[in-house]
Order: sequence, then structure tokens, then C-alpha cells
Amino acid sequence: MLRFILSRLLQAIPVLLVVITVTFLLVRCAPGGPFSAEKAVPPEVVRALEAQYRLDQPIWQQYLSYLGDLAQGEFGPSFRYPGRSVNELIAGGLPITAELAFYAMLVAILIGVCAGVIAALRPNTPQDYLPMSAAMLGICMPSFLMGPLLVLVFGIWLEWLPVSGWGELAGDKVLPAITLGTGYAAYIARLSRGGMLEVMSQDYIRTARAKGLPERVVVLKHALRGGLIPVVAFLGPAFAGLLSGSFVVETIFQIPGLGRFYVQAAFNRDYTMILGTTVFFATLIVLFNLLADIIAVWINPKMRHQLSRSR
Amino acid sequence: MTLLSIENLAVHFHTRAGQMRAVDGISFSVDQGEILAIVGESGSGKSVACYSLLNLIPQPPGKIESGTALFEGRDLLSMQPDILRRIRGNEIGIIFQDPMTSLNPYLTVGEQLIEPLLYHRNLNRQQALKRAVKMLDEVGIADPETRIHSYPHEFSGGMRQRVMIAMAMIAEPKLLICDEPTTALDVTIQAQILSLIKALQKRRNIAVIFISHDLAVVAGLADRVAVMKEGRIVETGPVNDIFQKPRSDYTRTLLASIPSGSKSHPPQPSDQPLLQIDRLTTCFADNSGGWLSRQKADKKAVNEVSLTIQRGEILGLVGESGSGKSTLGRSILQLVPVTRGSVIFDGTDLVGLRQKRMTPLRRRMQMIFQDPYASLNPRMTVFDCLAEPLLYHGLATRKTVTAQVLALMDDVGLARTAIRKYPHEFSGGQRQRIAIGRAIATKPELIIADEPVSALDVTIQAQILALILALVEKHNLTMLFISHDLSVVRYIADRIAVMHRGELVEMAETESLFVNPQHVYSRKLLSAIPTPTTAQT
Repeated sequence: MLRFILSRLLQAIPVLLVVITVTFLLVRCAPGGPFSAEKAVPPEVVRALEAQYRLDQPIWQQYLSYLGDLAQGEFGPSFRYPGRSVNELIAGGLPITAELAFYAMLVAILIGVCAGVIAALRPNTPQDYLPMSAAMLGICMPSFLMGPLLVLVFGIWLEWLPVSGWGELAGDKVLPAITLGTGYAAYIARLSRGGMLEVMSQDYIRTARAKGLPERVVVLKHALRGGLIPVVAFLGPAFAGLLSGSFVVETIFQIPGLGRFYVQAAFNRDYTMILGTTVFFATLIVLFNLLADIIAVWINPKMRHQLSRSR
Repeated sequence: MTLLSIENLAVHFHTRAGQMRAVDGISFSVDQGEILAIVGESGSGKSVACYSLLNLIPQPPGKIESGTALFEGRDLLSMQPDILRRIRGNEIGIIFQDPMTSLNPYLTVGEQLIEPLLYHRNLNRQQALKRAVKMLDEVGIADPETRIHSYPHEFSGGMRQRVMIAMAMIAEPKLLICDEPTTALDVTIQAQILSLIKALQKRRNIAVIFISHDLAVVAGLADRVAVMKEGRIVETGPVNDIFQKPRSDYTRTLLASIPSGSKSHPPQPSDQPLLQIDRLTTCFADNSGGWLSRQKADKKAVNEVSLTIQRGEILGLVGESGSGKSTLGRSILQLVPVTRGSVIFDGTDLVGLRQKRMTPLRRRMQMIFQDPYASLNPRMTVFDCLAEPLLYHGLATRKTVTAQVLALMDDVGLARTAIRKYPHEFSGGQRQRIAIGRAIATKPELIIADEPVSALDVTIQAQILALILALVEKHNLTMLFISHDLSVVRYIADRIAVMHRGELVEMAETESLFVNPQHVYSRKLLSAIPTPTTAQT
């Protein structure tokens, strides 16, 4: 098992290198720079700033020194928030985004798995079509539409929930979590329906029924484990996706999370901030994928067995 | 005393293609302490009939149209689902065909074994586990205290079937339904499982319904036999009557289709070897140690096998699953990388031969695979399938190809009108005819047939074997006939080679092997063959 994890971590290094290189080059290709503003800045000030941030060096030298910093876990100083490092900015925004992503994940799993399982129990009946059509709608509806819609209905018409902020008013976390989670709930519903449908047609489900087990036990004990394997495999990338994809929701609901910094950084050409967040997200995606794989192995006794013997 | 009595049971499947009468008004009964065998070919409705008793058929598309099934006076078919559920696994146990897929891979066998006790007997886990250990011991699983915590994948096929039997028997049912319980197993394992079922039945004096396609298996086991065909019971009677004085034509056809005896004509002595194999070894990387284990031990699937096949000869190659017989066949054709040794085909060593020199030789050796459902491309018509090798090897031109394909179809007994049809429009036997046609299209000298009749019903099997024999004679083919079924091999082969764990343990003329087997494994294998003549007297 340990060797499996180690080898996966080693495989991640080239992936991250490619991500860094491509992002580094792309950001530099974009027109404008961190210090080009509307109002005229004296050229000597710009030169001084560029020298301070090593922007006067040749690009390959900048690249190498950036890699050197990264190796020490240092994302460098922010260009647009003077005096603050990218590390600090990420550390400040991450807990909020992580909390949002966590709630969204809960919403997604709860709604998704229930809808998928219910649909799979009676395929090709209204009990299947209804949740699956809703799931299709959920996939198709982008969060920048879903968010304002929810705000309109629950915040303005019904006045049940606050429409913005984070941790200031009671219940202000509900709408963002639902907005962010719905799309993933829809995916999870489709995955769990597919997984459950396949498992429910397996011979061992017939065996379980032949033993005279109540249908509840057949579904929850015998079918669910195998049926949810595709969902588990999806959870890793999904969680990473929730973290990195939260900026729309954060913008709609005025949440001071990491996603908003990310978007602003892109507009501001805050090179180090863009790079830092990208590398950070890429690392998260790799880690969560690995985590999902480990959980998938742990669920499946056959694979668990193979891995434990290779220790 | 009658335990179960079924009257006029009809089960239909309603599909888009129309209504299919899977079970078409059958009546039979089972007495306490009796073994009733239901025999029939695939699609005869034997499994559907038994599954519908316990409401285990998928509904829809299945629907029980009519009938009663009185089990100790209560009608199973009109019962509330919840009451029927209490009978399933409690008073009626059932064993399924494929032990590899019938156990839940995510739960330990202990967890699965105790479920009937937890839900029907209201025992607590401790008591149930104790009973389960005892039950595992009774079905012959060594070290049951440890094994009960194992997962199904840690058991072999035969052992899994023992677990299935334990699971079906643990709540002490009065009736046990066995649906082809040994079909997926090797012949020696089959013999063990059959005697286990018989012993348990005697000890507990329960009734057994034994579903099988194999009359030979049934002969040594059942008290009475019901023969099913196309949803109806064509004949019911005591086992001896069925075998000695069958009344219906269909039963007679079934009995006649059991391969028995050996080839009628003696092999022509030939001393021209077509294929000489010398110390052939094929290894596979053993992945059971996990994907990342460094010490990948090589598993020798074929170990130092040497044999010679003469021109015009049919050499039977027998062995159980995992004995390496299929790998040997594939190694000869260089379909898997050979580790050591030589394969000399008509003077040329095929091992390590370059692609360019191999291609013309490929035309001269062909293969027939076991599963005609999987080995034909579903998007190719019969014409495409048979024309491809002809055109590829330059044996036909665009102008002549249709005539040649039609001739091939005549050869293998396919109607000429079927030329534009796709594989799914054919039955299993017809598909195997297509596969044989494809193999002989290039006028090969050597054919390797890997279990060509194992997936077929017994009457179809007899037809395909006759076809193979006729083609071998007509085209003067040389054949390596791989099979796990000794009666089939005896029927078709001139000589037989026996493989066991990758090694060739014995090779002899067919009759002398059957009369006087030398190797201890050959003897074990031969004694495990069920034969219709072992019917009880």
C-alpha cells in the first residue's frame, strides 16, 4: 500500500511540472503586466518595481528561480497586494473555500446518492425518469444561473435565507452550498444510478434475494457497496473541482474565499498569485484523486488483498 | 408424501419482439426425500420454471400467467411477497450455476452465510457464526474457523460452490433447488460436488430439484427425471425408465446425442509429422503478488511440453481449467509470446519468426474458439466474416469471392440465404458453423479447436462434432482438439494428450488411454466422468 501511494506521488511530479510550465508561459503571453495601470506611472518607478520582483531578468531565469522557490514551498510575494505573500493569501482564503466545498459535497452526496439509488430500483418508470430528468437539468444549469435563481426564490420572494455573506448571518451558508453542490449532485445521481443498475443485475443480488432477505437489506447491504464504487472514484476529482470551481459562487454570494482571489489575480496579472493558486489547485487535484483511489481499493476486498500482499 | 406440487405453471416473457412462452403449462411434483431432475437444453424453460416458484425471475419482462405451486399445501404463486420471502432461503434453498458470480465479492463468506439464520431463525451473530462454522465443516471446507472470515475471491470455484451449498442448507430447508450446480466446474470437482449434494440429501432426507442440461450427470443422482423442451415437459419417469425405455422422441434424441464410444474408423497410420513441439514453455508474469510487487514470479502456464502431431490426425488435448491446454494452443499459433522451446510447423520453427515470414504461414493454420457469441464480430455479416480471410490472403478476387463464400457455407451446412445476416440472428450452433467456416476458408492444414463445442447444447454439440469429423476427412485436416470433456474427445480424437498443471502427463491412443490409463492423474480424470450407464439400479 505504501509503495502504491509513493509511486503515485512520484508520478504527480511530472504532471505538476507541466502545469507550472504551461501556466508560467501562458500568463506571460497574456498582454499587459502587473504594473500596467490606467494612470501613467513614471518609467523609473516601473523599472524599480520590475527589478524588485525580478521581472527584468530573462524569462528562463525567472522560471528557474520560481521553480527554486517552489521547491522550498514558497509561492513568492504577491504583485498586487504589496507586503503579502501568496502563501498568506492562500492560507487566508482556503479555510473558507474548503468549508464551502465540504458543505457542497455533503449536499451533492446526499441528494445524488439518494436520487440515483431510488432511480435505479425501478428503472424506466416515473420513479427513474423524474430524478434523472432533474439531474439532467442540474448538469445543464450553470451555477451563475442557479445561484441568482435560488437567491431570487429563497432570499427575496420567500425571505427565508440571507442572500450573501459567509458566517455573518444564520443560514447564510445554505444557499452557496446548494448552488455549488447541485451540479455535482446531478453527476453523482447519474453515476450511482448506473453503478446500482449494474450491481442489481448481478448474480449475487439474486442469491441475496433467494436467501429471503428483505429488499431493504438486499439494496443497502449487498448492492450499495459495489454500486457506489463509481461515485467514490468521482469524489476525489469532484472535491478538487469544488475547491477550484467555487469562484463563481464566491463571487455571487460575496464570499471572501480563495476562488475570488484567483479570479482577481487573473484580471490583475498578478503573476505569482495566478501561478501559486494554479499549482496549489493542481496539487489538490492530484492528492484528492489519489485519496479517491485509496478509498476505492479499501472498499474492494479483492484489491485490498492484492495490495496488502505486495507490501 | 408430496412436498411440492405444481399444476399448469405458465411463465411468459413480454418483450418488444413479442411474447415468449418460456414455461408453457407444466405440471410436476416432488416428494419428500426425493431427487427430481429437470433436464433440458438451454432455453427449455427449466430454470425459469424453478425461479418463478420463488419469484426470482425479473418482472417485467417475465410474468407468471397461470398455475399453482402448492408447497406443503400453501400456494407459492399467489402468496403475499412478504410471506414468500420467509420461505425463500428458509424452507426452500437454492444453489446457482456460477459460483464465481453468485457470492457477493464485497462481504466475507461468514457474513453471507449467517444471513438466513439472522433473518429467518432470529439467532444472534455469535450463535449464527457458530452454526456457520459447523456448516462449512459439513460441506468439506478445511479450517472453517479461519476460512469463515475470508472473502469469496480467496476460494476456488469448487470451494465457492461448497460455500453456496452451505448457504442454501444452513437454515435446514425442506427443498433444495440446484440450478446446474456443476456446469461451471471441472470434471473432478463436479464429481465431488455431486456426491456432496447426494450425501447431504440423504443425511437430512430433503427433497431436491436438480436442474441440468447433462443427462449423464443426472443419471447417477436422480430418482426421477422430467425432460423439458420449449417450455413443456415432454416426459417424466423414474430415472431408469428414462434411460432404458424412453417414450418420447426428444428424449431418445437427447440420449443419442451423448457422445459415447470412440471414432468408428481407425486412424490411418501416418508418419509425416506436420507439427513438432519440443520442450515448449510459456510463462506468464504472476500478478497475484500485486501490481507493484517487485518479485514477479513467473508462472509456467505451459512447462516443457513436447509432442508431435501427424498429418491427418486429430489429437485430443484434455485437462482441467488452468492446466495450460488453451495456452499451449495459443503458443503453437504464436498468439502468446513463447518463453522457450520450439514449434516446428512443416519444417519451419515458428518461435521468434518475423511477422513477414509468419503471415503466409498463418493461412495454413487456423483456430476455432470456444464461445461463438464472443468470437464473431457482431458488426460483420456472414459474408464479411468469411470473405475477409479469403481476400486478405489473396485466395479470392472480388469477382470470385461470393461464389467461394457460398461454397464455404455449403461446406459447413449454413443456408445460402443467410449470407447477409449478422451473427446475432443465428443460434449458438449456427454461429459455431460460421466460426468453423472462417477457420477452413483459407484451406489450412492445421486447425486448433479450443473447446469448440463446450458452449453448445448436447444435440447441437453432436451435430457440430459430426461436421468437424466430416470436414477433417474431406479437406484432410490436421487438428488439435482442446477440450475438458473426455467423452467428446474420445468421440473425435485419434490420440489423446493429458495436461495437468502445465505439464503433459500422458499421451496415448484414444482407446488405450480409456482402457488402461497410466498416469495417476489420467485415472482420476477418467473416474470422474459421469456416464449414463452408472444409473442406479
